[in-house]
Amino acid sequence: MTVGVNHYLAVSALLFGLGLYGILTRRNAVAILMGIELMLNATNINLVAFNRYVAPGALAGHVFALVIITLAACEAAVGLALVMAVYRNLETVHVDEINVLKW
Amino acid sequence: MGELGAFIILALVTLLPAAAVVTSRNLVRAAMSLVPSFLGVAGLFVLLQAEFVAGIQILIYAGAIAVLILFVIMLTAGGTGTAVRQANEQRVVGGLAAAALTAALLALLLRTAWPLAAGSLPRANVAAVGSAFLTTFVLAFEISSVVLLVSLVGALVIARRER
Amino acid sequence: MSWLWEIFKATLAAVAVFTFLALVGAMLGVYLERKISGWIQSRLGPKHVGPQGILQTVADTVKLLQKENIVPTNADAITFNVAPLMAAVAGLLAWIIIPFGPIFGRVVIVRDINIGLLFFIAMASLIVIAILLGGWSSNNKYALLGGFRSASQMISYEIPLALAVLVPVMMAGTLSTVGIVEAQRGGWLGIGNWFIFGLPGNRWLLIPGALAFLVFFTAATAEVNRVPFDLPEAESELVAGYFSEYTGMRFALFQLGEYAEAFAMAALTTVLFLGGWHGPLLPGVVWFFTKMFALVFVLMWVRWTYPRLRLDQLLHLSWKGLVPLGFVLVLVTGWLLI
Repeated sequence: MTVGVNHYLAVSALLFGLGLYGILTRRNAVAILMGIELMLNATNINLVAFNRYVAPGALAGHVFALVIITLAACEAAVGLALVMAVYRNLETVHVDEINVLKW
Repeated sequence: MGELGAFIILALVTLLPAAAVVTSRNLVRAAMSLVPSFLGVAGLFVLLQAEFVAGIQILIYAGAIAVLILFVIMLTAGGTGTAVRQANEQRVVGGLAAAALTAALLALLLRTAWPLAAGSLPRANVAAVGSAFLTTFVLAFEISSVVLLVSLVGALVIARRER
Repeated sequence: MSWLWEIFKATLAAVAVFTFLALVGAMLGVYLERKISGWIQSRLGPKHVGPQGILQTVADTVKLLQKENIVPTNADAITFNVAPLMAAVAGLLAWIIIPFGPIFGRVVIVRDINIGLLFFIAMASLIVIAILLGGWSSNNKYALLGGFRSASQMISYEIPLALAVLVPVMMAGTLSTVGIVEAQRGGWLGIGNWFIFGLPGNRWLLIPGALAFLVFFTAATAEVNRVPFDLPEAESELVAGYFSEYTGMRFALFQLGEYAEAFAMAALTTVLFLGGWHGPLLPGVVWFFTKMFALVFVLMWVRWTYPRLRLDQLLHLSWKGLVPLGFVLVLVTGWLLI
């Protein structure tokens, strides 16, 4: 049985679900960012798989995946800088303890 | 047959460490498990004949983003000990929601009849991606370079110690 | 079942390359280092074990193998064991794309990937994670600081490395190592077409070519943590840096990874800038090894000539010196090639 587009779509859906579970249930801010990276990887797998199986003439899927990798790097950098700034001021990185603005 | 075997191995290398990333109580081990997951995704890219994207995936994701995450974990004392509770109160609800979304995605993606086209990708992957970036997708290229500059300066300013 | 045969051939080639590297790179490299450093310092190196001390590294390896493997208490055992493995494997995997020269008409190379150089730089960037994990899992302040310093040094010098690699890639038009060496064929005495001297039709490219060679060699020295950039491993600084707590075979694995990467950087410099296996009279493989060992000798020579750079001087050199220079070189090469 040859590997078709459905195999890759199944893997990316499972990876997306795992990343979503990480975002919803983790307390540490950096762990939430790790879940976001997993979700972005899942979308990259989808794009490249569609490029190979549905539209192999052009390279739009590869280009889009490269742009997503670049933007994921930017977002990780800024997000982690924010986590460092929060840690320096509030001494904690657990998102359920960062509630100083609540009344 | 060989391709199916390679696909199964790579899918396991991607998904099992990803499960460790989202459930491990030791944060450094969770960040360490990100690396084989990213390498598995790079292997899947190679299987999809996207070598340039695979190389960039290893270089940027496993070589830079994982290092950045490890640095911040070690600098914010997030990895000290496993006594700290890592999962918040909505574990059950979150798990159900993630499982429901995954089931919906799987049903949607696997039941659609995608219009498969026969054909093969260009052999000279890098040259084709380069020319695509500079002709058809030049706007995305320029905007992502501006975003890179903005995030570079922004991250530096935010993380700098107050003088 | 042709895929099974392909896997078998690839495994065999990888095992051959790794064994060759373990013998030549680690053993010969350590012996050369001690002999050459001895001569530079007006003393003889190892002399007793075997004729002229050749078996000294064998004796050292046997000694290291029978040392006790200590895992510190409260150290994360899995991470502690994985870190040296990852360093050694990433350093050895970088050798897959190095072409050794033509033997009976075919170029000896494990796999000529068409993104060869990108693969090499990706493997060099994986070693940073191994160092960070090694420093952290030792449960030791000095090892952690050494790990941080070494990791920040290596990621700072990856950028000039990649920028300097772009210059010969632009001159050759391909990322494959065999393609880059083939683009340097011919020329006066087999030397004239080397990329360090620019392209035959465009001799102005000598300036970015030679400067890119210098930038690449400096960044490569920093990538493998050698003097003058070896602050993370200096004995007078942090005991031994990120591998303070490693004993016996794991220490040997870290060293193997470092020496393998140092030799791989020297080999890649000859492939990119010095013409690979092209030369006047001798067969190609002999020329390749001559150039590679000449560069290794220069690496060791530099070690005993220059003092060690402080961490902030090291980072200033990279971010304020080599990165702008690298960008300017890429721009000038692109402009000259049009």
